[in-house]
Amino acid sequence: MIGKTWAVFHKDLLIELRTKDSLNAMLFFGIVVLVIFNFALESVRETVRAAVPGVLWVAFAFSGTLGLNRMFAAEKENSCLQGLLMLPIDRGIIYVGKMLATTVFMLITEIVIFVFCLVFFNLTVWREIPWLAVVFFIGTLGFAAVGTLLSAVSVNTKMREVLLPLILFPVVLPILINAVEATNIILNTVDYGALRLPLTIMTVFTIVFGTLSYLLFDFVLEE
Amino acid sequence: MSESGRHRVDAVLGALLLAGMVLALYMAFLHAPREKTMGDLQRIFYFHVPAAITGLTAFAVNFAASLMYLIRKNRWWDSLALAAAELGVVFTAIVLVTGPIWAKPVWFVWWTWSPRLTSSLVLWLLYAAYLLLRNYVPDPERRASVSAVFGIVAFIDAPIVWFSIRWWRDIHPAPMLETGGLSPSMRPAFLVCWIAFQLLFLYLLRRRMALEGARLDIEQMQRQADMSR
Repeated sequence: MIGKTWAVFHKDLLIELRTKDSLNAMLFFGIVVLVIFNFALESVRETVRAAVPGVLWVAFAFSGTLGLNRMFAAEKENSCLQGLLMLPIDRGIIYVGKMLATTVFMLITEIVIFVFCLVFFNLTVWREIPWLAVVFFIGTLGFAAVGTLLSAVSVNTKMREVLLPLILFPVVLPILINAVEATNIILNTVDYGALRLPLTIMTVFTIVFGTLSYLLFDFVLEE
Repeated sequence: MSESGRHRVDAVLGALLLAGMVLALYMAFLHAPREKTMGDLQRIFYFHVPAAITGLTAFAVNFAASLMYLIRKNRWWDSLALAAAELGVVFTAIVLVTGPIWAKPVWFVWWTWSPRLTSSLVLWLLYAAYLLLRNYVPDPERRASVSAVFGIVAFIDAPIVWFSIRWWRDIHPAPMLETGGLSPSMRPAFLVCWIAFQLLFLYLLRRRMALEGARLDIEQMQRQADMSR
């Protein structure tokens, strides 16, 4: 099973690293979002640090949605999806492979967006980095867990690029609320004991929706 | 059940509903006592709370019907899920409209991001998204299975949303029926309104399912006609 999951994951990674279709768009869009927020928050320049957690996760979520839109849409070209469905493997494995690939793409973009954020908002972080890495990782995994399922849901609909954010954001809200809360604790209140609650909810969310999506994926990708 | 049998049930249910609604209006506006501090404003409670309970019931029905559809693959369950989701959105919309009308004079704000308000709004958004999704899938069988998956995801998401925000301060009144805070003189009015709302839900649910069944029949006939041409 791990070998098969790896095969799906590796395929997506290889395609992306050669074409860089999604990554370029995700990176660029994430940075544009940061620039826009910079102007939107002009009037609260002195206390802008308090807004950074929210800004970061909005940028992550928006750029992640761009990537998710491509995840299954790319497979529609040249009937790759049919080929993928004909493989003698459990459909859930396709889900796990794609979910991990989404997570990796998002984490790569998040690192770059974060560096730009540090520059644009004049922040300095050192000791916070391991904690931020944990929050970014769990948050992104949870986002990708639901996102990959709903990306597959939206791929066979009319106007799929429009539909995905509409159905994704309400569902993924608990991840965004807790990720912003956790990032805020790390960057602003520095009360690390309070991190446990948001991290627990994010982990529970990820496990619940990861399992659920693995089980339900079969019903989503029908011919 | 036969066609005429179904109509008879609808007629009886409709008559009961009409009586229930008239009685509910009488109980809420005339029979129930005037509240001491809020005055007549409190009477919105008799519509706000039953609508909230009915909305939640509708979403639970949607969840059960979605699960059953995935197991049985019978379109009856899909029609039930659709009807329940639509009604859930309508009843939750009533909650979200009556809430601010009451809140503005009492809290001095229309809206506040308290856990109960936020989770009601998110619930509404989730099922509005469910209905949007259904609109964008042309094929009836695909529509049924992807929306069933989304219905299950949405229902499981709701408690997680609740836990995500539960430590925010909540100024929404605690559920009075649990705490026993509702005066006994107000209980009959509340009970009648609650029953009237449940009847309304049941009646509309049946009508909506019949409508959806007819719509799917026509769709199928059209496809057959197209094929034989």
